[in-house]
Amino acid sequence: MLQSWVTTVDHKRIGLLYILYALLFLVIAGVEAVIIRIQLMYPHNDFVSPQVFNQMFTMHGTTMIFFVAMPILFGFGNYLVPLMIGARDMAFPRLNAFSFWLSAVSGFVLYFSFLGGPGLYGAGAAPDVGWWAYAPLTARAFSPGSSSDYWTIAVLVSGFGSVATAVNLIATILGMRCPGMTLGRMPLLAWLYLTMSGMVLIAITPLSAAQLMLLVDRYLGGHFFDTQAGGSATLWMHFFWIFGHPEVYILIIPCFAFMSEIIPVFSRKPIFGYPVMVAATVCIAFVSMSVWAHHMFTIGMSSYANTFFVITTMAVGVPTGIKIFNWLGTMWGGRIQFKTPMLFAIAFLFQFLIAGLTGIMLAAAPFDWQLGLSYFVVAHFHYVIVGGILFAIFAAFYYWYPKVTGRMLSERLGKLHFWLFVIGFHLTFDLMHVPGILGMPRRIYTYEPGRGWDTLNLIVSIGAFIQGVAILVFVVNLIVSYWKGARAGKDPWDGWTLEWSVSSPPPAYNFASVPTVASRRPLWDEKHPEDPDSRYE
Amino acid sequence: MTTPDLTSIFAPASTPARSIVDLSFFVLTITGVIFVVVAALLVYAVVKFRGRVADAGSEPPQVYGSTQIELAWTVIPILIVIVLVAATARVVHAIQDAPQPATALEITVIGHQFWWEYQYPQLGIVTANELHIPVSDPARPRPTFLTLLSADTDHSFWIPQLSGKTDLIPNRMNRMWIDPQRTGVFLGQCAQYCGTQHAKMLLRVSVDNPKDFDAWVMSQQQAAPEDSDVVDGRRVFETAACINCHTVRGTVANGRYGPDLTHLMSRGTIASGAAENTAENLRAWLQDPDAIKPGALMPAMKLSDPELDALVRYMQSLR
Repeated sequence: MLQSWVTTVDHKRIGLLYILYALLFLVIAGVEAVIIRIQLMYPHNDFVSPQVFNQMFTMHGTTMIFFVAMPILFGFGNYLVPLMIGARDMAFPRLNAFSFWLSAVSGFVLYFSFLGGPGLYGAGAAPDVGWWAYAPLTARAFSPGSSSDYWTIAVLVSGFGSVATAVNLIATILGMRCPGMTLGRMPLLAWLYLTMSGMVLIAITPLSAAQLMLLVDRYLGGHFFDTQAGGSATLWMHFFWIFGHPEVYILIIPCFAFMSEIIPVFSRKPIFGYPVMVAATVCIAFVSMSVWAHHMFTIGMSSYANTFFVITTMAVGVPTGIKIFNWLGTMWGGRIQFKTPMLFAIAFLFQFLIAGLTGIMLAAAPFDWQLGLSYFVVAHFHYVIVGGILFAIFAAFYYWYPKVTGRMLSERLGKLHFWLFVIGFHLTFDLMHVPGILGMPRRIYTYEPGRGWDTLNLIVSIGAFIQGVAILVFVVNLIVSYWKGARAGKDPWDGWTLEWSVSSPPPAYNFASVPTVASRRPLWDEKHPEDPDSRYE
Repeated sequence: MTTPDLTSIFAPASTPARSIVDLSFFVLTITGVIFVVVAALLVYAVVKFRGRVADAGSEPPQVYGSTQIELAWTVIPILIVIVLVAATARVVHAIQDAPQPATALEITVIGHQFWWEYQYPQLGIVTANELHIPVSDPARPRPTFLTLLSADTDHSFWIPQLSGKTDLIPNRMNRMWIDPQRTGVFLGQCAQYCGTQHAKMLLRVSVDNPKDFDAWVMSQQQAAPEDSDVVDGRRVFETAACINCHTVRGTVANGRYGPDLTHLMSRGTIASGAAENTAENLRAWLQDPDAIKPGALMPAMKLSDPELDALVRYMQSLR
């Protein structure tokens, strides 16, 4: 049994391994977030030392991005893409297993650092250089021992896994579609995963290069980023953010994919403006490659450089806005069913709207000179990553869990999870904008009383604890429903894409006979032979 | 000393901060309108198009898209973006490309782990952590131009009421300016993560009226006073390795690694704002810096109680 999971090359099992792995790290990084929030409940609190606090925010950020968000989205991609394009597996099943185990090892390498060498000033063991690991903090002079090497190697190795998975997804989507499924008839999810995979190839490689250069600096006497020997601190920033900003879209484009599958089914209408949705996604991919230095408005670039990145950053708002409008257009005139996946999808739309608008504020460079590096920007990107990405992932769990396990998740626990999480999320991240406006910088282990930050930080922390409880409800739901949930049958939501045409869970190799499709919604055509989609496309 | 002001970005006391607030209100208005319109559409759709029991079993009309509508919600955002970019670029240019008037005061700010060094090259002053600048009269502006350098890692200089933040980066020279229009003490702190004690790298800027500023400059230009009552403490200071890192002008102490202490008692705080400058705090700091600021680079010198008392008395003579 165990051996069959370790040696598996089945895309569904590998997808599940990715997802379970990510859930484990979600809990770990969540605990780190709770430690951060306990420390910041009161001014001059001493729940943890400054060294431990700095390790906590470094590990929380690194873990959430590289070992929660990336694997969970690759997990869904692995599971869903072959099913939805009518394929029997990924293009390269053994490469697929290889990628997963690379990623799996890298997460554990990162956490082994708690037992490994000392960090800044010989204090503690886990890396404490922040998840951007800005130079020269990572130089041997400031980061002796090996803690930041664990960070470097973990990120480097997980990057190889990500690139291999991206290659696999691209090959699968371009080469393994069932008869009749032209590019223009692919489910939007496949289009969005194709775009995301292309971005992974372009964005992860500079990050890997930078990690190698950093290792050369630290062990072979190189001076790329070693400022004491004339290296450049800003060079690292460019390398990091030319990965770091596309990364945000690498994470959220699969979430757009979930939205584009879930909102139509629960509105009972096809996606509004399919070709425009595809175009907007590809447009986001290209434009988002040219916005990275908006993370660096405070480093003293020339006014021309700043203005260039103001233009590109604001421009990316246009295709993003188009997507929001098209989802609204999908709901418009529909018959919306408020099942748990749709509740999370609606909250996603609302929160992603706000996250986009605070992003516009940060894109106005002078406004960013005030808001950047403060708690405002922390609130902004958590609005994107929690309010957007995590809500979309929850929607995806409630939507596809029946397909994966054959059982429905409890709607009652699901709604409890939803409302607790919404309340906790808004308590935490709505209010978190305010201390930033009142001058509170990020990454400080404690703060001075009497600046109007105290009460806000206390409420922000309470909201975080509520989110923690909501996640527990979710985990309980996942476990209990696996045995006690109602039988799902093969098509519990009256869906339209190919995964709902096979049993739940799907059989080995998915399709007993390879399906043939004539439109974007093959199951609609099957259920409504009198009025098939193929007539209108 | 006057009570410090709040640190809200919406309570500006200087030109760059004020022009940023003006731009901010413009951006907030536009984003606010977008929010209200789109959120209203979302709420309307959720309420109006909710599934009803009577509709069970039937499907709504299947609509695949509409070129006109999609064109509209592409073109309108493009126009909004053009307006926002133009407004932003104007302010970027006005702040970044402002010429430096001949009357400007020049200060070099050097970020250290975890304190601030200030050099006034025109006035021959070196001090730390608490910056003094003159208020600028709109009729005869006297802005302050800052050159930002770093001695070790990245830092960021941020006084929300005076200006946005600019980073201090090793091997790089950054510039910023402020033109404060009212007197007072303005607070801020390092905004770029710089290591263990990033949190206690606080900033304090005193904007003085011209008379007070000139008096402060006069006193800072003096060497340390000779005081025969504190020779014991001075001997401790000069023999216990303190002088390797600290300067007291007029004495043999000429270290550059830590803050200049020539006029330590003219400052309201010690350890870059981590504690008030009182005899008890000074003693606690000299005894064990880690007790006040764990991770600070100043070592505990393991002094005896009499040595500590004498050293505190010497420090307190540095007016």
